[in-house]
Amino acid sequence: MSIDVRIPAPLRRITNGADKVSVEAESLAAVVEALNEAYPGIKDRLCDESGSLRNFVNVYINGEDVRFLDGLDTATNSGDEISIVPAVAGGY
Amino acid sequence: MSYIKCLYCRECGREYPVAPEHVCEFCFGPLEVGYDYEAIKKVISKDKIQKGPLSIWRYEDLLPVTRDSGIDMGTGFTPLVKAENLGKTLGLNNLYIKNDSTNPTFSFKDRVVSVATNKALEFGFETLACASTGNLAGSVSAHGAKAKMDTKVFFPSDLEQGKILGAAIYGSTLVAVDGTYDEVNRLCSELADNHRWAFVNVNMRPYYSEGSKTLGYEVAEQLGWRAPDRCIVPAASGSLFTKIWKGLNELKDLGLLESVNTFMDLAQPDGCSPIVEAFEQGTYHVKPVKPETIAKSLAIGNPADGFYALKTIAETKGNAVRVPEPEVAECMKLLAETEGIFTETAGGVVISALRSLAKRGIISADEVVVAFVTGNGLKTVEVIEDAADPVFTNPDYKSFQDALNVWNKRSL
Repeated sequence: MSIDVRIPAPLRRITNGADKVSVEAESLAAVVEALNEAYPGIKDRLCDESGSLRNFVNVYINGEDVRFLDGLDTATNSGDEISIVPAVAGGY
Repeated sequence: MSYIKCLYCRECGREYPVAPEHVCEFCFGPLEVGYDYEAIKKVISKDKIQKGPLSIWRYEDLLPVTRDSGIDMGTGFTPLVKAENLGKTLGLNNLYIKNDSTNPTFSFKDRVVSVATNKALEFGFETLACASTGNLAGSVSAHGAKAKMDTKVFFPSDLEQGKILGAAIYGSTLVAVDGTYDEVNRLCSELADNHRWAFVNVNMRPYYSEGSKTLGYEVAEQLGWRAPDRCIVPAASGSLFTKIWKGLNELKDLGLLESVNTFMDLAQPDGCSPIVEAFEQGTYHVKPVKPETIAKSLAIGNPADGFYALKTIAETKGNAVRVPEPEVAECMKLLAETEGIFTETAGGVVISALRSLAKRGIISADEVVVAFVTGNGLKTVEVIEDAADPVFTNPDYKSFQDALNVWNKRSL
């Protein structure tokens, strides 16, 4: 079993149109590396120069915002579902 | 006409064509509308605006879409009321309330939705949708009905009944999501990627959010073409706050205001105050929270425009105010009892912040202060249920007098 990553529209040009890709990795950081290996350049879209997740990138593991977990250090397990979602404003 | 030129990324500046997109492909930054200000400068004038319709469309030259490209619900140009009674209570001589609860669906959301709907029609969308904390659902439903669009509104299932009914009446499809607003938003964001639906606050966001600028324009015009000395604005995502500031500055840059020296003060309820928290910590990095507030229209734990709101506060030497939850309903009553304006919880948050700033001496007595009241109180009656305390009487003269005496003594 592997980890499914849901790809938002702005990144699908890099993933050749795929809206979901599967990787095997034991942490979110390793997921990003694995994605980048398969789709070079995707890491730069997600992370800034210092390697942290960009301000306007939200990542959820099984629905939980990784900023409530351990960020890029969050452990990932086979069967997890990861969503990458751009920040969206609403409300006031 | 509209002078929209392009979309551009607020972070990296990269330009994009005018399309239903909201995110920079390269850095995920939010896209913003770019205008041909040189062309606008040639045509705009106070006189031209004043001869325009009594609605947001009098500022059409500064919006990303025109009135004629879609529908006009009569949104905007709401009253700016001199709040003499409340001002006296707080020791303020020039206090104004911008009462946006008089819009077609009783909140400022009609401004953003009017712009987004017309743009959606221009793009040829047949479905109008949104993720909502309540007011937006009502506004999108009404605009969708008028525009004869298929309409779908998504909201957290624990929403106030008044807001659910206020959307249902227009015949839209209601989607009650078992989750927080942030979760609703995430769902809609993923849906917007795969359906050709105009989510006003997702793929239409660059256009939608421009509608909030009209609050800044109107206040300046209604004050006789001058910027307020201070604006007090409720914040969830921080979008409204930054757009009022943008509106004032556009007027200055176009030569319609001499100067803008406005303190921009932002108000959030204690149970959901991630922007205030970042302000107090002295950082621009907003840490998301899980909202627990009675001001449900402000319950966004992950404020997308928090960063820009903090920049605006810093730039204007403004304040970020955290309002204790019990003061929300208390200040709804204060505004109603002093000014005859019945606002929803978000308005209670603003009035509480205003009172706090006045008490702390941060506002000086003669400043021209505008407090933005963004929605109607009938939408959130749950929080003031204990406000009703009638004199119970039989239908005869003496019974009434006796009952009134008892009631008066009890209230002393």
